[in-house]
Amino acid sequence: MPTNLIGTMATQLKETDESGREILDSVVIRFAGDSGDGMQLTGTQFTQSTALMGNDLSTFPDFPAEIRAPVGTTYGVSAFQINFASHAIKTPGDAPDVLVAMNPAALKVHLKDLVPGGTLILNLGAFNARNIEKAGYKESPLEDNTLDSYRVIEIDISKMTLAAVEHIDVTQKEALRAKNLWTLGLMCWMYDRDRQPTIDWLNQRFGKLPLIAEANIAALNAGHAFGETAELPSEISTYVVPKAKVEPGIYRAVTGVETTCWGLLTGAQKAGLNIFFGSYPITPASPLLHSLSNLKAYGVVTFQAEDEISAVCSALGASYAGSLGITSSSGPGVALKSEALGLAVVTELPLIIVNFQRAGPSTGLPTKTEQSDLYQSVYGRNGDTPMPVIAASTASDCYDCAIEAVRLATKYMTPVMFLNEGFLANAAEPWKLPDTDDVEPFPVEFASETEGFHPYLRDEKTLARNWAIPGTEGLEHRIGGIEKDYDSGNISYDSDNHHKMTKVRAQKILGIADDIPEQEVVSGNNSGKMVVVGWGSTFGAIEQATRRCQEDGLDVSHIHIRYIWPLARNLGELLKGFDKILVPEMNNGQLVTLLRSEYLVPAESLAQITGQPFKVSDLEREIRSRMED
Amino acid sequence: MNVQSPPVALKPNDYASDQEVRWCPGCGDYAIVKAVQKALSNMGADPKNTVFVSGIGCAARFPYYMATYGFHTIHGRAPAVATGVKLANPDLDVWVIGGDGDMLSIGGNHTLHVLRRNIDVQVLLFNNEIYGLTKGQYSPTSKVGTRSPSTPAGSVDSPVSACVFALGCNARFVARSVDTNLKVLPGLMQEAKENTGASFVEILQNCIVYNDGVYSSFTDKANIADGQVVCEHGKPLLFGKENEKGLRMTPGKMELEVVTIGENGVTEADILIHDETNRPLALMLAGMQPPNFPVAMGVIFRDPGPSYDAAVYDQIAEMTEKSPAIPINELMHKGKTWTVV
Repeated sequence: MPTNLIGTMATQLKETDESGREILDSVVIRFAGDSGDGMQLTGTQFTQSTALMGNDLSTFPDFPAEIRAPVGTTYGVSAFQINFASHAIKTPGDAPDVLVAMNPAALKVHLKDLVPGGTLILNLGAFNARNIEKAGYKESPLEDNTLDSYRVIEIDISKMTLAAVEHIDVTQKEALRAKNLWTLGLMCWMYDRDRQPTIDWLNQRFGKLPLIAEANIAALNAGHAFGETAELPSEISTYVVPKAKVEPGIYRAVTGVETTCWGLLTGAQKAGLNIFFGSYPITPASPLLHSLSNLKAYGVVTFQAEDEISAVCSALGASYAGSLGITSSSGPGVALKSEALGLAVVTELPLIIVNFQRAGPSTGLPTKTEQSDLYQSVYGRNGDTPMPVIAASTASDCYDCAIEAVRLATKYMTPVMFLNEGFLANAAEPWKLPDTDDVEPFPVEFASETEGFHPYLRDEKTLARNWAIPGTEGLEHRIGGIEKDYDSGNISYDSDNHHKMTKVRAQKILGIADDIPEQEVVSGNNSGKMVVVGWGSTFGAIEQATRRCQEDGLDVSHIHIRYIWPLARNLGELLKGFDKILVPEMNNGQLVTLLRSEYLVPAESLAQITGQPFKVSDLEREIRSRMED
Repeated sequence: MNVQSPPVALKPNDYASDQEVRWCPGCGDYAIVKAVQKALSNMGADPKNTVFVSGIGCAARFPYYMATYGFHTIHGRAPAVATGVKLANPDLDVWVIGGDGDMLSIGGNHTLHVLRRNIDVQVLLFNNEIYGLTKGQYSPTSKVGTRSPSTPAGSVDSPVSACVFALGCNARFVARSVDTNLKVLPGLMQEAKENTGASFVEILQNCIVYNDGVYSSFTDKANIADGQVVCEHGKPLLFGKENEKGLRMTPGKMELEVVTIGENGVTEADILIHDETNRPLALMLAGMQPPNFPVAMGVIFRDPGPSYDAAVYDQIAEMTEKSPAIPINELMHKGKTWTVV
């Protein structure tokens, strides 16, 4: 069932539970307000409660680059969308069924996405003449026919919040700040969410400011009580979204940053190495630096470097000395690191680069998601400088990809580019907690044998050079960026040797194709009329869109590529079994070029470069239309 | 981290690798590599725990000629790579080697931060006031008016003083010497090594091909006595053939002046006593330029403080004691979870 119809159809069916709550299969809610209104916090807390209710969920935080943009402006609007359901879902939802707009600017920006007949909750308190004008409305949208096709609930949330915290000794400013909690309380009532996790969180967060905690809790409870007692329009009812049927296990809500952090830690432990993490703050990668900085007890050394170059160079130095060097950034920062990545390739040291991609080029749209660093990852260095590139599809997948990055980096003595995305870093989803014991250890063995040693002695099978670390008696050696002699590891300007070394570096990376899983089809047949090929965070949207087409009898399959370089060894053959290859990407067509150049297949691009995730309905329409071409 | 091997008396030559040295004949770098090898021998340094990290440039070839661990990295980034090496294994003795272009131009930022963080490494800056490896362009330390392929009419931008820069970065050990001064250089290296934290040593090095004689006004045998003043903590800042000249503060002014003992009523008691812990004094000494002043040599500033690497590991130990690591499985289960049966 198309997500954007669920809200309206559910109301037509009006199935209710024993307490009279209408049962919904799934719902998409978007909270929108000023960047200072606490919408991200509201969304995060609603997500936490929803996760604990046992729904499957997916979120999409969408916020401006400015920390506190001027109040009331459209460009200062911050939003958080959550899709939760009683069945498995894969995307944050195409369009909201419910829009909470805390001011006119939020309404202006987001109303166009609300499904017809959708519920609109407005904070009347913010709809004064000034704010209405600032949002770009000529006249008040409350008074013309702008809102006619929606179910509108107008509440003076600001006033209600002030009244709720009147008895608490906080300033008016502090009191007003709690209006997001009031709103959250109302939504908790409407969708039957438990408030306790939020209360616990507030008490912890404001442990040293008990009055602030008290005010926020009072606002939360007041919002909930308002729902219970107020006479709301008759078509507004309360809802329940039953638990999703998912695999048994212990779950938690996670973002891609958390899973990346734990994956790197697990990987390092499996390799028997300590992590050295060199990083420079950049949106949206900084949260990984914050997370790893809390893991000192695991021997994790984090280093906030003076710049991106120092971040990667210190990580490489640490790898030279026997740690697992890791660095992270976003596109512009990775660009600065590229010379050092060349050094990592030529010195054949393990290194992991986590790139939380954002919209580029240059500064681009720092807080918006994109997957446009594929060229940069695969090709973006001087010289012939190959390295493995893997890309995560979901927050859960970040965990596995991080472990895999460590395995490949240490086994093949190579830098590994781990492509993450701003969307994955911030978005939350339920995660079935893994057992680290399920991951086979892959312990690193440092070189110790002095007889016949030289730094570029290679493993016959993997072609990886041996890793001799300072502190090892008898293995003193020098490495660097100048070409090495194949047989001795000494500096060599010999032209034939350079040819041979370039070939062996390429061969080593290509050989990884024998050590990764063969490419499988996510859904659909192994050959046929059309295959939709994706990578990264578009996984969920593509899978949902292709499934809908399949359910409609269309011969379309879905292939998701995790290993961007080297590609799975059977991928070429697989692709050649389809008449049409469609490659949706949140860039101007990068994987599509790679596939065309590698396999000489007529792959077509489906580019969306809006800084927003694909909508399932858009993809579905495009698949149908291209099949008819 | 490693089992200490019994001390073996290694000769300076034992620290030389088997690689053919490829500097120009007569290059000052030959003398520096000898001095470092002698210093390591004097200190009984363990080759397996010694790491030389360099950037790009003539000086940066240095690690290849040492029978220790070595990493020849990329232009300007040696201090950053060395930071990672030291933080990964603080037991290692890490030396950073680079030239004036490497460390003050493309890598100036990293030089700043390795010094201010006080990472326990020795930073040796070979200053020849020219880009050698790229064939003779002027460098950030070249004097105004330096004619070079890129400045045929003479350079117009004012140079940076390496030691003044280091002092401005809050370096806690700043010293200067001359490439050929083999009597002093090994001892100075040893002092740099013995200092905890970042030790900065500027070595004035003659580029025989592109900038020959740039320092001769104070390094030629005949000019040394009048052209250099050796800074020794607690001793008067005297120089000249008979130690007849000295430095003193101009009365009533925050500036140095050169005086001659016996002239204008000046006695030895008027001469400034070097205090290596006085940063403002060090800045004035480091900034002295010929021909009006002698060039300051030796340990210009030394005021040791805790090193970054030690602080990082102290914090790790502290945090570990406060909340020891639990299995990763348990770590991931901390916080709000729910069970589906």
